[in-house]
Amino acid sequence: MIKKIESRNFNIKDSHVLQVARQNGRYSSLEKLFSMSCEDVLNEVDKSGLRGKGGGGAATGGKWKLVPNPSKKPTYLIVNADESEPGTFKDRQILEYDPHLLLEGIICSSYALHAHHAYIYIRGEYVFWAKRLQIAIDEAYKAGIIGESVLGYDYKLDITLHRGAGAYICGEKSALVESLEGKRGHPRLKPQQKEPEWFFGCPAVVNNVETIASVPYIVENGFKAYREFGTEKSPGTMLFGMSGHVEKPGIYEIQFGESMSEFIERIGRGIKNGKKLKAIIPGGSSVPVLRADEIEGITLDYESLKAHGSSLGTGGMILMDESVFMPDVVKNLFEFYHHESCGQCTPCREGVGWSDKLMGKILDGHGTKKDLDTLLSLSFILNGKTICVFAPSVAYIIDSYIGKFKDEFYSLVK
Amino acid sequence: MSWQFNAENENKFQDLLKRYPKKNSLALPALWMIQYQDGWICEDAMKFLAKKLDTSPMDIYSVASFYTMFHLQPIGKYNIQVCKTLSCKLRGSEDIKKHIENRLGIKAGESTKDMKFTITEVECLGSCGTAPCVCINEDYIQNTTPQMIDEILDGLK
Ligand SMILES: Cc1cc2nc3c(=O)[nH]c(=O)nc-3n(C[C@H](O)[C@H](O)[C@H](O)COP(=O)(O)O)c2cc1C
Ligand code: SF4
Ligand code: FES
Repeated sequence: MIKKIESRNFNIKDSHVLQVARQNGRYSSLEKLFSMSCEDVLNEVDKSGLRGKGGGGAATGGKWKLVPNPSKKPTYLIVNADESEPGTFKDRQILEYDPHLLLEGIICSSYALHAHHAYIYIRGEYVFWAKRLQIAIDEAYKAGIIGESVLGYDYKLDITLHRGAGAYICGEKSALVESLEGKRGHPRLKPQQKEPEWFFGCPAVVNNVETIASVPYIVENGFKAYREFGTEKSPGTMLFGMSGHVEKPGIYEIQFGESMSEFIERIGRGIKNGKKLKAIIPGGSSVPVLRADEIEGITLDYESLKAHGSSLGTGGMILMDESVFMPDVVKNLFEFYHHESCGQCTPCREGVGWSDKLMGKILDGHGTKKDLDTLLSLSFILNGKTICVFAPSVAYIIDSYIGKFKDEFYSLVK
Repeated sequence: MSWQFNAENENKFQDLLKRYPKKNSLALPALWMIQYQDGWICEDAMKFLAKKLDTSPMDIYSVASFYTMFHLQPIGKYNIQVCKTLSCKLRGSEDIKKHIENRLGIKAGESTKDMKFTITEVECLGSCGTAPCVCINEDYIQNTTPQMIDEILDGLK
């Protein structure tokens, strides 16, 4: 079931060191890269069907095409290494075991975008990983792999690592750019039509670490090779994660379209201590929960999860066994969202706090049926009325958990 | 001007200026440098930074106060951050927190009188697969057990 494209070098000793990385194929895509035109590279990625692996699953090629070409202003690539979605810990595996794969991906992607400076925005807590990545960047500069002339070719590229400082919302792409501009991490209003992001008024593309790390394989082997994995609409592979009550938590690379229950059984070795699965959050805490009896027939791709009323998200699954009481889970999630709301939009700032308070009251035994009704009506207020999709995620949590585990919630109220 | 970067940070700051289209971007990197220099970020340092970035102290304060990792008050020498989010909770973070609280005789959100330890509850550290996770200053402890906590705290001077 395991298919190693991005994770090919993860088990090689010292694979993060430039010399070892090179011996194991890193930067080998660059010869082919520079034999192609920028436009050809962009088309290759577009035809590969590569989809963003940061949670949204947007087509990468489509996004890159939004950048004006030619552009009077410089274009920037911004790599999202903010990784803060609960249940998600995949990008850090790339940063830890194969930072040069990310740098190689940045070179390929920047070239396709006519960009000459790329920023990597890494979450503030990832100090160990930031240090490791900075060492890799320094090595690459020293070896002439980046800088004035990439490997002697007529192409200049700088890469700068930028540390965040503890704010989940800075993972949202426009908040990330605001933060990179030295401001509070407030998401921006979305334009009517599709546009790139704007970094100090210059066009910019924001992509997840894993998305960028998928690019060298496509450049080197062609779009058809990438499409040999996965499904028609979800091509390729992804680093899926399992955490919570699973026997073997961790990150595993598999192709899209594999069976979810088989993945849990065969790779995760089932539920911890032989207990029964009760519920699963398929892709980071922001997506709707699934009951154990709903996962039959689900395959791990965007389409299947959508058809089953949830979402693939970041691929970071959180598994819960039969001992878990769902109202406790919802309280835990509300605390997270309450703490992390950026506070710009009234429905989000007030609504998430209110939900948290109500859930606390209900769990303390002072709740009434009316409180649950209020909670359900808050879901309406949170959905579709805010600047970013943070608040709607909380609405999905309210609806899916209360809807699917009704008895547990109603058992708490008078 | 009372507050100043030390020489190393001043050099770093000048180097970074060349790496961004506008100097506004240096707000976060510079706040980090201030915090590494002093252990926290005082008002004088924010005024100093405002001058450097041609902006107002209020702007700097507004940015600094948005990010939870910037300390606008002094904190303990060792900041023990316990992840309280779902995957860690499912694997026993509550017990780990209680163990640390009992050992140090303070609650989460408090510091010991000698300012050696602070306990903070934090949200997902991106270490859900090796939960429960605790981060002491900048070092992650993964698959944490009470015994590991005891050994580490015993070793902290
Ligand atoms: C609240 C919120 C948090 C997000 N956090 C992250 C994150 O930590 N990392 C990430 O890559 N994308 C995150 N995203 C998605 C980004 O906005 C963006 O879609 C993504 O980085 C684009 O890259 P991709 O197309 O390569 O996936 C988040 C989105 C939202 C709404
Ligand atoms: S929905 Fe919430 S997190 Fe998103 S911009 Fe509005 S207040 Fe901020
Ligand atoms: S939930 Fe604790 S590290 Fe993710």
